[in-house]
Amino acid sequence: MRTRSPKIISLLAVVASAGLLLTGCGGQSSEGSEDGTSGTVTVDGSSTVAPLSEAAADLFRSEQSDVNVTVATSGTGGGFAKFCAGETDLQDASRPIEDDEIAACEAAGIDYTEIIIANDGLSVVVNPENDWAECLTTEQLATMWGPDAEGTITNWNQIDPSFPDQELSLFGAGTDSGTFDYFTDAINGEEGAIRTDYSPSEDDNITVQGVSGDTGAVGFFGLSYVEQNSDSVKAVAVDNGSGCVSPTAETVQDGTYAPLGRGLYVYVANASYTDKPQVKSFVDYYVENASQVAEDALFIGLTDEQLTTAQDELASLAS
Amino acid sequence: MTTMTEPARSGAPARAGTSHFTGRARPVEAVIRVVLRIAASVTVITALGILIALVVPAWGFFREVPVLEFLFGTRWAPRFADASFGVLPLVTATLWTTVIALVVAVPLGLGAAVYLAEYARPRVRRVLKPILEILAGIPTVVYGLFALQFVQTVVLRDVLALQTGAFSVLAAGLVMGVMIVPTIASISEDSLSAVPLALRQGSAALGANRMQTTLRVVFPAATSGIVAAVVLGISRAVGETMIVAIAAGNQARLVGGPLEQGQTMTGFIANAALGDSRVGSLEYDTLFAVGLLLFAVTLLVNAISIRIVRRFREIY
Repeated sequence: MRTRSPKIISLLAVVASAGLLLTGCGGQSSEGSEDGTSGTVTVDGSSTVAPLSEAAADLFRSEQSDVNVTVATSGTGGGFAKFCAGETDLQDASRPIEDDEIAACEAAGIDYTEIIIANDGLSVVVNPENDWAECLTTEQLATMWGPDAEGTITNWNQIDPSFPDQELSLFGAGTDSGTFDYFTDAINGEEGAIRTDYSPSEDDNITVQGVSGDTGAVGFFGLSYVEQNSDSVKAVAVDNGSGCVSPTAETVQDGTYAPLGRGLYVYVANASYTDKPQVKSFVDYYVENASQVAEDALFIGLTDEQLTTAQDELASLAS
Repeated sequence: MTTMTEPARSGAPARAGTSHFTGRARPVEAVIRVVLRIAASVTVITALGILIALVVPAWGFFREVPVLEFLFGTRWAPRFADASFGVLPLVTATLWTTVIALVVAVPLGLGAAVYLAEYARPRVRRVLKPILEILAGIPTVVYGLFALQFVQTVVLRDVLALQTGAFSVLAAGLVMGVMIVPTIASISEDSLSAVPLALRQGSAALGANRMQTTLRVVFPAATSGIVAAVVLGISRAVGETMIVAIAAGNQARLVGGPLEQGQTMTGFIANAALGDSRVGSLEYDTLFAVGLLLFAVTLLVNAISIRIVRRFREIY
């Protein structure tokens, strides 16, 4: 082998690696769109609210193509931990902020604004082949999901003797989820109180998988997932004592779907709003077009009253 | 994980550390030796580092939860209000998926290896080996989706009409077995090929046919390599995360049968690591306790394999 070839090869290798290294030093060269905004907006939190924020991001991208909105789903609890550490700009939440989270945000100096961005009917779902559980009372739900049910309630006929002999298979949100907090509070009377022998997941799509694959399965998640997967799961009507009410836009907005009707929240970090123009741009767009976004994402929109409140919150942020 | 086969190399010097090279060493040789020594030490240091990173939080965990309760408890609910830390449910799920995977992978892998080493014509071998390598190259997350969307629904529920839900350890185990086949086949085939031709010729000279030679002469001679291959397969099966996280289920329960769902040790770590456990809390330390258990299991399996390999190693 001639001695020249290795030297040329090593020279080429050095040049190539230097070139690769230098591409990393490129920096932000993207031009903004109409009004010159670019950059990223970090959204994290509830998996219930995430499809709504994603729909908003999609619509927003058609106007401001250089702003990159990333939506992650760590669960409401997981998202708040990051939000109060200053790691995210927006927090999706399917329940209001809690005392310990308020304290954490205060300790870290994170000021925020709470905006109700949509309504939700937390739905209890069953497999499409389940033809016996059309309506469940809140007592039956508590029997099915309460801490005492662990290891003991394993069959549908224990919920109601008229139900067939079918094994009960439970799927639902995990402990980081706002949906979990809300459901346990509304049905079992205490946040976090639930039987532990079910399949928990922060990703509601896994719950959809589970319920659609098992005849005796039951699960719970936000209404938008029911609408998105209407051929794989079926929502059950809930009887609060005043009759069986199915979760629909009307019943949630007028409050008759109780106790599982709830508001969905977005928390905006005030510092991000004032310091980052792309965040201001996205949040303004999100609130202004809240009804359109909700319709696109198959969520229940805000009532006129709620819409006015949201716009007021936004105005107070900007000032 | 290293392959445990150590066929004696006839070219190696008689004593380790001595060298064939007795000429005057150039100065750059000393530099190269140092660099190579550093490269080798990095692996050892990394392994030690991982061990320390596991042990420190796990120590915090075991200060709160007694070891016996952890190892033999049957209720695993570390993140709920009424918490329990009995790891047996996770262990049963891991056992089920591993055993099912081995039941699939060992016969298929060894069969493929024997075929490739003893029976296949060179042209067939040239085609078959790369295809086997492709199986090894498929990302495990793709395997996981395959298990969930195809094996569980179409194969188990529709075609075989078994009573099972959306997740099962059987679907995960079957696909995991397919994933491990190339590992077992490749290493077994190497050790079968390393058996000297002289042994085969001697056997043929004594009147044995191909099958008798393969099963009674070649196979026993290659035992250490085959054991090493199977043990490597076990390690991979125990440590596999994506396939079981996707297809085996999320519920930590004592798995009683293959059609049931369950959460493996790796599945638990994958799910919990994405959550919001505060660093330093008991929930957080739970991850490391389970990680340490996994590490210990793999270490044990590897230690057993080294013993077996040394015992049966044939030096030609």
